Amino acid sequence: MSDDLIKIKVNQKEIQVDKNLTVMQACEIAGEEIPRFCYHDKLSIAGNCRMCLVEIEKAPKLVSSCTMPLMEGMSIITNSEKVNAGRKGVMEFLLINHPLDCPICDQGGECDLQDQAMYYGFDKSRYKENKRAVDNKNMGPLVNTIMTRCIHCTRCVRFATEVAGVPELGMLGRGENAEITTYLEQSITSELSGNVIDLCPVGALTSKPYQFKARPWELKRTDSIDIFDSVGSNIRVDSRAEEILRVTPRTNEYINEEWISDKVRFNYDGYYQQRIDTPYIKENQKLSISNWEESLKVLKDKLKTLKPLALIGEHVDLETGYAIKKFMSNYGKDNVECRTDNHAILESLDSYRFNTPLKDIENADLIILVGTNPKIETPIINHKIFKAYNNDAKVFNIGENISLNYKTEYLGESLSNLNNENIIKALKKSTNPLIIIGSAFLNKIKNIKTLKSIFSYADKYKVITKEKNNLNFLNPYASRVGQLIIGNTTNNLCEPFSNLKKDNFELVLSFGSEHIADEQFNNCFKVYFGHHGDDGAMGSDIVLPTPLYTEKNGTFVNIEGRPQEAKKCHNPIGSAKEEWSILKKLSDELSFDFIPNTFDQLRSELFDKHPILSDYHEIIAVENSISITPYIEFEDCKAEYPVSNFYMSDVISKNSVTMAKCVDEIISTPSLLEKSA
Amino acid sequence: MSGNHPGLSNNFSRSGEKFSWSKDNLRSIKNIISKYPKGREQSAVMPLLYLAQEQNNNWISIECIETIAETLNMPKIRVTEVASFYSMYNTRPVGENLVQICRTSPCWLRGSNKITKTICKETKCEINDTSDDNKFTVVEVECLGACSNGPMIQINNDFYEDLDEESTKKIIDNIKEGKPNVIGSQKGRRSSENA
Repeated sequence: MSDDLIKIKVNQKEIQVDKNLTVMQACEIAGEEIPRFCYHDKLSIAGNCRMCLVEIEKAPKLVSSCTMPLMEGMSIITNSEKVNAGRKGVMEFLLINHPLDCPICDQGGECDLQDQAMYYGFDKSRYKENKRAVDNKNMGPLVNTIMTRCIHCTRCVRFATEVAGVPELGMLGRGENAEITTYLEQSITSELSGNVIDLCPVGALTSKPYQFKARPWELKRTDSIDIFDSVGSNIRVDSRAEEILRVTPRTNEYINEEWISDKVRFNYDGYYQQRIDTPYIKENQKLSISNWEESLKVLKDKLKTLKPLALIGEHVDLETGYAIKKFMSNYGKDNVECRTDNHAILESLDSYRFNTPLKDIENADLIILVGTNPKIETPIINHKIFKAYNNDAKVFNIGENISLNYKTEYLGESLSNLNNENIIKALKKSTNPLIIIGSAFLNKIKNIKTLKSIFSYADKYKVITKEKNNLNFLNPYASRVGQLIIGNTTNNLCEPFSNLKKDNFELVLSFGSEHIADEQFNNCFKVYFGHHGDDGAMGSDIVLPTPLYTEKNGTFVNIEGRPQEAKKCHNPIGSAKEEWSILKKLSDELSFDFIPNTFDQLRSELFDKHPILSDYHEIIAVENSISITPYIEFEDCKAEYPVSNFYMSDVISKNSVTMAKCVDEIISTPSLLEKSA
Repeated sequence: MSGNHPGLSNNFSRSGEKFSWSKDNLRSIKNIISKYPKGREQSAVMPLLYLAQEQNNNWISIECIETIAETLNMPKIRVTEVASFYSMYNTRPVGENLVQICRTSPCWLRGSNKITKTICKETKCEINDTSDDNKFTVVEVECLGACSNGPMIQINNDFYEDLDEESTKKIIDNIKEGKPNVIGSQKGRRSSENA
């Protein structure tokens, strides 16, 4: 729309920009870099660091570009002597009280203040006075504070209030006495709290577990995917030699924006605890150390005679899933299962994924949470719901009366509350309603008619229209959507897994699924492929070590149906071998049809079979949407939430010391659970 | 000004007693909140802090902050921020009489140093300190806006102007003995008329 465009000049270069931008944003479009500390494009504008000064023609003084709206014909100068002198002055003021402790500061080498001081700093200070010292504040087990370094940009305060939705941080006092703190120095109770570490432009807020561990230039960067929930947040894994030292987010505007959950950011110490590093075989009711040759020989003999069933766990990548499927096809159909939690689905993709693109959640004006606690299952999706809530969306909740960081109207325990008149009224008024059906109900639904009825309900109230499908299914597992796309489920009529006749199977192969320990498999011979010693491993007859997601390449499809790649960061621990290569060896010895010799061959075969998966970063289109059938009824089932403790929801975080500290200091302290309204 | 000034400390403490609004205050709160548009009730935080301080022996405890946050339905940290920003909200207990001595240039030129010394001597407490009998807390403050009548002090809600050592001592003595004091100029001036 040309109405919204205005002509301005940046350093005498004429450009056309949207009139609703600020001077700083226009300068960036023009290719001029503006130094800043307090401004952040995901947060509200504060304008308190004054570093972004620019000159505007006819204005008597320098102006802070981040707070200045554009005007037609404005001429902005960013490179004059006056601007430079102004910024130098601001920098000198910022450095009056900033300690010169860069050599012992964790931010050193990736510090905004350090970088910008290279351009605008002086080589020596003109101040002889003592620097001010500030007591460090407690912010919990994740965020380390050295408050003397703080330059009061208030990014962390704005983040906690606006993004995390927990107004617990604030700036007390004023002037020289100003201090950033949490209310009464309690721990931050957000699942996104670690992001303040990235936001802090100086070394005031740093990572507690990463403290004094490494310098940024020593680290090797690997791009990967968060597999601890189903959102598929983009992460970068920083490692030195064979050890991961920290995990930080990669920006992806379609998924996680710039944030990641505390679980993936801090549970990496669990990657190295309780690892299965060598094959084990059960002898006299006790697992004892074995080797690959022996264990595979035993397994091969069993595979010759017994009929196997394969269970797929929550962290299994697509290539592994495909190899498992291919291996198991030698034993017939319907013998691979990833829905071990009885996840009810219909035949098409739109019955088990989040159909609304994640970045569109914030546009909803009505959100109905049905049996899901997004705050602890998928904190990133919760942040997006919070954004919608701040745009005046109304949020209803059905299931348990969970506490979230925004207000919800609670309607009751059972699925049939979807017919509550308050919801119907709101749905009729709403222009962009959104329903999220969570695992708490999906895992309990026994009757396909209920799922079909949900679709007809959504159709009736315009949640599903020709243009959009806002009926969403949310499960917290990274592997689930992808494994269902390649068909790793026993029953295409979508009966719950518990209906499967287990008597037919005599051998269970579990790929990281703890459900192998279930009573129903007591009479089977159990083989566990996994990386951590958990209940699944303890009860098995053979335990084979496999690599973690950071130790191999793999593809994951996130909850909205977007395939992404997690890359290998370092070699597997101990003698762990990738699942596909184990299966390859077995099938060679059993003379099965299992072609791929390398991982790349396996991946290209997977993409040949399922071309929709090869388009990384694009949302998969639904080929055959569910046909809408008349509404019948919602069955009565009690919600049972899949995640009860955010910090310990899977085998890796259960083994993390940092996560254990979080449980101690954040969850177990009851007074902290009371949210300030 | 040192961080020990009761109004300029960022450290809040609990009084250990429950704080709930008095009946009178509940009525005033209703009146105050009605001045702001609906949904903007949080704007009333400053008058409410003032009421709380008055009701709570002239200081803001954590209990006060929590009660205000609840009354106005706002995060506790936001109330804390406001209470710590303004020096006239005392964040720790003060004596029955909070003596604020103006030390800004006009009063200082007219001898506020002597007044400070006299007050410290008579109340037996140092600056930013509370006397042992909890009768007085003495603090130095910047301009209180009565420059033409300097040197001056403020005790609780009252100004005492045109002071010298003698009149200051008398004011303190009267307070100690529970006798009434003449408020305003101690030289009999009305307002700031010519002496």
